Amino acid sequence: MTDLTVSNDTDRKEETRLQPGVSAKVRKPVSDAVSGWLMSLPMAGVLVFFLVLPIIMIVVVSFWGATEFSIYPAFVFDNYEFLLTSPVTYSVFLNTVKYALITWALTLGIGFTIAYFLAFHVRSLTWQIVLFLLCTIPFWTSNIIRMISWIPFLGRNGIANSALISLGVVDEPLDWLLFSDFSVILAFVHLYTLFMVVPIFNTMMRIDRSLIEAAYDAGASGFQTLTNVVLPLTKPGIMIGSIFVITLVMGDFITVRFMSGSQKANVGRLISNDIALLQYPSAAATAVILLITVLIVIATLLRFVDIRKEL
Amino acid sequence: MEKRPRSFYVLATFFALFLLFLYGPTITIAILSFQGPQGGLTFPMRGTSFHWFGELFEQQAVGDIWGSFSRSLVLGLMVMTTTVVVSVMGGSAFRKKFPGSSVIFYLIITSLVIPSILVSLGVGLIFSQSGLPVHWSTSGFGAQLTWTLPFGLLIMFAVFNRFDKSYEEAARDQGASAWQTVRHVVLPIIAPMLIGVALFGFTLSYDEFARTLLTAGSYNTLPLEIYGMTTNVTTPVIFALGTLTTAFSFGVIAVFLLIVLLMKKRQTRHGSDAGQGLV
Repeated sequence: MTDLTVSNDTDRKEETRLQPGVSAKVRKPVSDAVSGWLMSLPMAGVLVFFLVLPIIMIVVVSFWGATEFSIYPAFVFDNYEFLLTSPVTYSVFLNTVKYALITWALTLGIGFTIAYFLAFHVRSLTWQIVLFLLCTIPFWTSNIIRMISWIPFLGRNGIANSALISLGVVDEPLDWLLFSDFSVILAFVHLYTLFMVVPIFNTMMRIDRSLIEAAYDAGASGFQTLTNVVLPLTKPGIMIGSIFVITLVMGDFITVRFMSGSQKANVGRLISNDIALLQYPSAAATAVILLITVLIVIATLLRFVDIRKEL
Repeated sequence: MEKRPRSFYVLATFFALFLLFLYGPTITIAILSFQGPQGGLTFPMRGTSFHWFGELFEQQAVGDIWGSFSRSLVLGLMVMTTTVVVSVMGGSAFRKKFPGSSVIFYLIITSLVIPSILVSLGVGLIFSQSGLPVHWSTSGFGAQLTWTLPFGLLIMFAVFNRFDKSYEEAARDQGASAWQTVRHVVLPIIAPMLIGVALFGFTLSYDEFARTLLTAGSYNTLPLEIYGMTTNVTTPVIFALGTLTTAFSFGVIAVFLLIVLLMKKRQTRHGSDAGQGLV
């Protein structure tokens, strides 16, 4: 509370303080704008050159034409026409949405449980930090290596199959463990659950503990407190985590390619296949459709959360 | 201490299983990378040896691993430095509202959620169509910044949201210039968080695959090299490489965390209340 009053005081002082030689009222807003622009100039520059221009370039190229070995400027709708009339496109988009939804549900369930344990059951701050770090360290290591790591587990002669056989659960090795939808989703969950854990844990740590006590005092059971107090207050964290997971899965191409042994497809693979065949205009058209889809999903999710407030 | 409820033990077990799920595969390939020379990609182990680590040092067996490693290292350091400087500047700019700030904010969010392959494709097309050389230190560098800068800026938001402005006021009241305030008050207080930003900048760049795929040009970075290996290498040498890379990442993370710890210790030892400015 004291902090609040202090900073209010200084704010007020700032308005009335005399600055010799400078008329504070006139100069200040202008210099704020100028310094703001100057300070954010490098960031804006990078974003314009490596984000905005590339997006514009993709949109432009999506109207270009292509031969087998080169692309040429044009303004044709061929790429979109081919894309939107091909049944492959729809089944691939459907598959992409399927991966996104299943991964989202699993990472949300696991992520929420882990964050809940860390925030409400681990009592010392040191242990919270240590266990939280343990959860986040894999984020700073290579995704590709983490995918490769599943091979000795899931292969025909892998650990999972040997264990199942020696336990007598199955008689012969299961084929669907590796290079299947199962392994793709397993890898997604493995790679991206921490994108759920971190924001959910962050919001949970800000929940006023007296609210939980109040719920107990009012006679709520542990489960009722969870669903009626903790869950609603954690919603912003859940939304941020969902944005991460859904966009990462929808834009992925490498996990699907690697973990399905090139047997399954999603939109990202559609794009990367076109790129490999040097069909850039067609890849660009698919990319535009993917971008629109992702932005619609994000815009919907952002309606439920103010990101800047949550940091 | 009050008795733990039963749910604690259930959740603790779940947490332990989660950690096993998270680290199990990595530990497995670490063990398998010590396979004997006759061993394969799965258990059983046929003896133990450093054979596959030795292979990594032979050119013909694995291609240009060390070249790609040094490129990734240099690129990581470039991206790290740029991310820290640009994020701190951007974060400071956002402490006050300025015209156009929300445009930049939404661009940052877009940068974060846009599928990586779009950045890769777009940057690659711009460079190749305009005749600029596609190289990891130019197009690759810029493409990676679109992934590290959002993290850097969001961390700076979190840092400045918790920053107690009265420290700056105090400095200014004592006659410090704007630059002196930044140099001697703001930077020392936020220094430990800057190490965090640096950690994100370096490791995200070092491991980045999709955004570098079409922007690295003819010289591969390490993740691209490893990915190339997955399609044509069928021996545990790839596990040995994975183990080394992961060990390197762990080393980097440990060093960064250690620096943070030391900095915090130093701040307390010097009896200053720097670092307490974050409320």
